[in-house]
Amino acid sequence: MPLTKTVLAAIAVASLALAGCSTDAPTDDPAADAPVVDETTDAGATDDESAAAGGDGPAEGEFFVQADYEAELAQRDIEPEGDAATPWLQAIEPEMVDTAEFAAEGPQDICFSNASVSNPWRVTGFITMQEQVAVYQEEGLIGEFRVADAADDDNQQISDIQSFVDAGDCGAIIISPSTTATLTPAVEAACASGVPVIVFDRGVNTDCMTTYIHPIGGYAYGADGAEFLVENLEPGSTVLALRILPGVDVLENRWAAAQQIFADSELEVLGDEFTGGDAAQIKDLVTQYIQRGDVDGIWMDAGDGAVAAVEAFEDAGADYPVMVGEDEMSFLRKWDETGMTAVAPVYSNFQWRTPIEAAVDIFAGEEVPSEWILPQEPVTQDTLAQFLEQNAEMPSLHYAKFGGEDLPGYPEAWQDR
Amino acid sequence: MSAVQSVRNGLGRATSGSATIFALLVVVLVAITALNPSFAEPPSLMTFLRAAAPLIVLAIGQYFVIVSGEFDLSVGALVGAQVVIAARLIDGEESRTLPVMLLMIGYGVLVGLVNGLVTTLLRVPSFIATLGMLLVLNGAVRLWTGGAPTGALSESFRQWGRGGIDMPVVRQLPWALLIAIAVGVLAVLLMRAPFGRTLMSTGDNDVAAAYAGVRVWQVRTIAFVISSVMATLAAVLIGGFAGVTAQVGTGLEFVAITAVVLGGVVLGGGKGTVVAAMAGALTYEAISRLFVQLDLPSTAQPVLQGVIIIAAVAYAARGSSRATSPPPPPAQTEEAGPAGPDRTPVATG
Repeated sequence: MPLTKTVLAAIAVASLALAGCSTDAPTDDPAADAPVVDETTDAGATDDESAAAGGDGPAEGEFFVQADYEAELAQRDIEPEGDAATPWLQAIEPEMVDTAEFAAEGPQDICFSNASVSNPWRVTGFITMQEQVAVYQEEGLIGEFRVADAADDDNQQISDIQSFVDAGDCGAIIISPSTTATLTPAVEAACASGVPVIVFDRGVNTDCMTTYIHPIGGYAYGADGAEFLVENLEPGSTVLALRILPGVDVLENRWAAAQQIFADSELEVLGDEFTGGDAAQIKDLVTQYIQRGDVDGIWMDAGDGAVAAVEAFEDAGADYPVMVGEDEMSFLRKWDETGMTAVAPVYSNFQWRTPIEAAVDIFAGEEVPSEWILPQEPVTQDTLAQFLEQNAEMPSLHYAKFGGEDLPGYPEAWQDR
Repeated sequence: MSAVQSVRNGLGRATSGSATIFALLVVVLVAITALNPSFAEPPSLMTFLRAAAPLIVLAIGQYFVIVSGEFDLSVGALVGAQVVIAARLIDGEESRTLPVMLLMIGYGVLVGLVNGLVTTLLRVPSFIATLGMLLVLNGAVRLWTGGAPTGALSESFRQWGRGGIDMPVVRQLPWALLIAIAVGVLAVLLMRAPFGRTLMSTGDNDVAAAYAGVRVWQVRTIAFVISSVMATLAAVLIGGFAGVTAQVGTGLEFVAITAVVLGGVVLGGGKGTVVAAMAGALTYEAISRLFVQLDLPSTAQPVLQGVIIIAAVAYAARGSSRATSPPPPPAQTEEAGPAGPDRTPVATG
């Protein structure tokens, strides 16, 4: 018996420890104490959210800042500067900064601290990045490309960045932060070392970096899907929201925007469920909701497992819902096969190319946008066929808007991953 | 007359010491039905059982390891690894389904053997040995795939978790359910065979079992192999049910252990029935359904789930300690014959 209790206690402790792995400590008032890069940056840390199932829109809080929300929604309609054929070089309302101080002769080494490659979106993007690097290495603009993968561990990434700084021979440091608040001091340390620092994807609470590259953002992503449901469903229809996990700012922003839009509509939100992005859980949950009553629409905060949600309707013999997915190929193909009413919000995967372009610009002493906001345009019924055709040879866990079609490694590099 | 008797005996044996779990299962199912009468309709029940089948299979595998006095924390990672391996190797080609499935079973046996031999021969506590295996499997998959799964499963692979036999009344009898039942029956038979008794006595007291001539390392290694093969089977069912994602299998080891413990199987070994472990798995699934029916906010669900599980196990433990304080039931005390080194009357099967 004592043994049993000890073991039970050990399991309990282990599971608590596993559950509490995140090191992103909540800040007291991120909106106030965070010198946020710009109004459009995803401010804040973790913890808490205003997500009672459906109903009212979110209150102004850690994951919902009205001004940012409105700014992002407006940015969707602004024509980005630059050639639309190379969206990774476009920028929305850029404010250029001078980089003459960083101009350098000869090939420069680039050091990249990557949060992880733990999902297909990041894998796709990282391939694109490597292919872009290969082009500039060929041209003699980039020397060595050194990568440290932190495997989603904040502490690991902090020490990765520190060792780049300590090595002292990086021509530029590119950082894709794993979390916002925890990585901020590490990014500041990198800035202080005097080399150009490029941050992309998730933001940090500082503006010390030379450029911060990101697509429009989470509010716009969440709104694209929610608005589509409101437009395509009759008033009084029911919507199920599927979310990956709570407390991650980019995902919380998406949900906050969707809540805002659902609250102003006549749609009924049946519930919001966390799935961990696990297809089996998604399918199981959707099946349960279908059993409970009609589900007319599905909103997802990320498209991982969207196909499993659609299959739940097929297996239950129910009509297809109005569906919000993502530009992942398995979903786009399912959408095409079934002919359902759907939209695929896009978190522009081609942003992985931009940091390399920015680094090369900086080495040349050319000015770059201090905040480089990339376009973020959903795949709609009208553009679906085009993206399916372009990516016909690509695997199912590939993202349609990866933006690497003109790179020499195309298509093999993305096919054999 | 005698048939009734034996059914009653059988039921009694199946539920002894684990009556709580059956009571809880009934209560939860009744509660769901009260909230949503359509749950009791055969097609919905089949959907429920299809979704529960992989956990039942996992719980059976975990039962063998736990009852022998060990843990297997590697099953969740193994499920994930197997699904990712299957998707990558099959890559949507129907003709590769069978060879890849055979390969998966071989891989499962290998993982189980390593778990078992590291635990028994190298004397690494199984908590650590299988935790290490969990990390190795996760890391190896990441290394091999470059971080996220690629490829696709074929239809003939997916049918086992997704399809079934179309028939009236229940609409479709899921393959997954049939597989879970078949595995369950095999497990009951195995626990009644000499191996089962040896396994149980090993978990109860491995020193005594060793003195009685049991090759403890062999018995436990076999238990680990069974667990890994069950995890492989669960991987086929889960992958089939929903396809491949990077997160598949995450955390399943704790769910499987919880299900087994819910079934009244004692951690540390030597006590509990496989049928109750299966009921534990069903109950776990039923509880999560109850929450959806209750419309609980998803943030509150894990909290309540934890409370219910702890309460159920505490209640069962209280019940069983009361039951065992008087001398053991007379019928079986003398049965520890020459073949079986059983010291205590244990319910097998």
